[in-house]
Amino acid sequence: MSSSEAPPAEAPIDAEPIKAVPVRHYGRWAAGVVILFVAFIVIRSVITNDALQWPVVGDYLFDDRILRGLQNTLILTVISMVIGIVGGILLAVMRLSPNPLTSSAAALYIWLFRGTPLITQLLFWNFLALAYPRLGLGVPFGPEFVSWDTNQLITQFTASLLGLGLNEAAYMAEIVRGGIQSVDSGQREAASALGMSQARTLRRIILPQAMRVIIPPTGNETISMLKTTSLVVVIGYFELMVAAQTIYSQNYKTVPLLIVAALWYLFMTSVLTLVQIQIEKRFARGTSRDVATKNRWVARMLGFRFGSGASGGAR
Amino acid sequence: MTPVVSAQKIYKSFGSVDVLQGIDLEVHEREVLCLIGPSGSGKSTLLRCINHLEKIDAGRLYVDGVLVGYKQRGDKLHELRESEVASQRKDIGMVFQRFNLFPHMTALENVMEAPIQVRREPKAQVRQRALELLDRVGLGDKAKNYPAQLSGGQQQRVAIARALAMKPKLMLFDEPTSALDPELVGDVLGVMKQLAKDGMTMVVVTHEMQFAREVADKVLFMDGGVVVEEGPPDQVIGSPREERTQSFLARVLNPNA
Repeated sequence: MSSSEAPPAEAPIDAEPIKAVPVRHYGRWAAGVVILFVAFIVIRSVITNDALQWPVVGDYLFDDRILRGLQNTLILTVISMVIGIVGGILLAVMRLSPNPLTSSAAALYIWLFRGTPLITQLLFWNFLALAYPRLGLGVPFGPEFVSWDTNQLITQFTASLLGLGLNEAAYMAEIVRGGIQSVDSGQREAASALGMSQARTLRRIILPQAMRVIIPPTGNETISMLKTTSLVVVIGYFELMVAAQTIYSQNYKTVPLLIVAALWYLFMTSVLTLVQIQIEKRFARGTSRDVATKNRWVARMLGFRFGSGASGGAR
Repeated sequence: MTPVVSAQKIYKSFGSVDVLQGIDLEVHEREVLCLIGPSGSGKSTLLRCINHLEKIDAGRLYVDGVLVGYKQRGDKLHELRESEVASQRKDIGMVFQRFNLFPHMTALENVMEAPIQVRREPKAQVRQRALELLDRVGLGDKAKNYPAQLSGGQQQRVAIARALAMKPKLMLFDEPTSALDPELVGDVLGVMKQLAKDGMTMVVVTHEMQFAREVADKVLFMDGGVVVEEGPPDQVIGSPREERTQSFLARVLNPNA
């Protein structure tokens, strides 16, 4: 009897788990060898190349100027992102408003701030005094109650925040709008039918669901902002990158100081990534049917089987 | 006594498509009205007009004797503000074809949301009532589950509990079993039958003729935006007079013929 023929009707079907030989992924093995070899060369050169001057990196990693730069980077990133996110939500809601003027105003803002280079905007805020020497509060075309010298009001720090934050708001607005529009229209209907107001529907029903779509690009924006803050060098403010440049322009230890800056950026990005994962977990409530099974690394690589197979996963 | 729902000469069009063309309707307290008809006949639109999810173009629509979506001042109609419309909807429960549960909340949170957020009732009291309602629809053990962890039939029963939590005086059902696997339809219809037995006033858009025959006090057959035939279920479904009703029922009751 040939083994490939269908079993005769009376033969009992074996209910034991199938023990088949898994497919051998020779391509994966070959690619793996190449990657390991390249990794070996890179790591070896990083360790043995004296030009990288690792001891100098160690000397400057916690240098006062570097740490102050790092502090400014963090402060600028956090406040700019807060301005960006709050402004972005506001602009997105305006953009989706049925009032054509409100919607157009938001569209105009987004057009203006996305349409000009960030450097231009930073310089503009810095030199605001040239256009408006005094800023005041009062009735338009009427009496003015208080006024300030623009040069005193707009420091390099506030100009940096205005430039970074207002620009970010334009990008965040589109991200938030995409998130809001991704929520099924039935959600809004269900909330309306229950007698919920539009503001409450947005806060309780729409935004929590939109967050799942909003968070990944917002994480991108935050990580990008960490590095974009270095643009404030054009208005004479300083942060991590400027601190590193200042030091190597004096002692010519360019490569080690670039490594110092890179290490700090990588560290902050890693922390932010972890934070993002936690936030994503929180807003993923209710999205999966069951606990996700982990992809087995070894199984994918070598074609071994564990339990229900290598490609098993949630949904 | 004032009817719970009273519609007079309702017209509604979407662009150039006339969906409702002069509908009259009355639903009294403790009555169950079933709307049947082919898809595109306007029955869902009519239902959605009752809680002002759709705006009517002409005619008058009253719920509990109060104009829906408008306010009469002198001989002029004024549109209601969004908050006033919301306040009218509090007393009208609605169940959707696609459930529309809030996916980021558990079954219990779904049921508790509106009484707390809209009616501002104390949380402990709402929680008590929500658990009772989930029990009543047979899902007392699923309170902590998220919608994605429930079957379609279970989700729809949570949706019914969610609507009931607002203590509505009228319940609207928009094809509540059309998106369900056949074996899950019975559970949902069972809950609805019990609800009708308990005296809830209901308007139900449905294709379940057996349910309509058993539960409805009145059946309304719509086609092309008009009411073709109405009356007690035994008459409209049992022995329809109009030719259009007969051919529709023939297709629905015996789809393979």
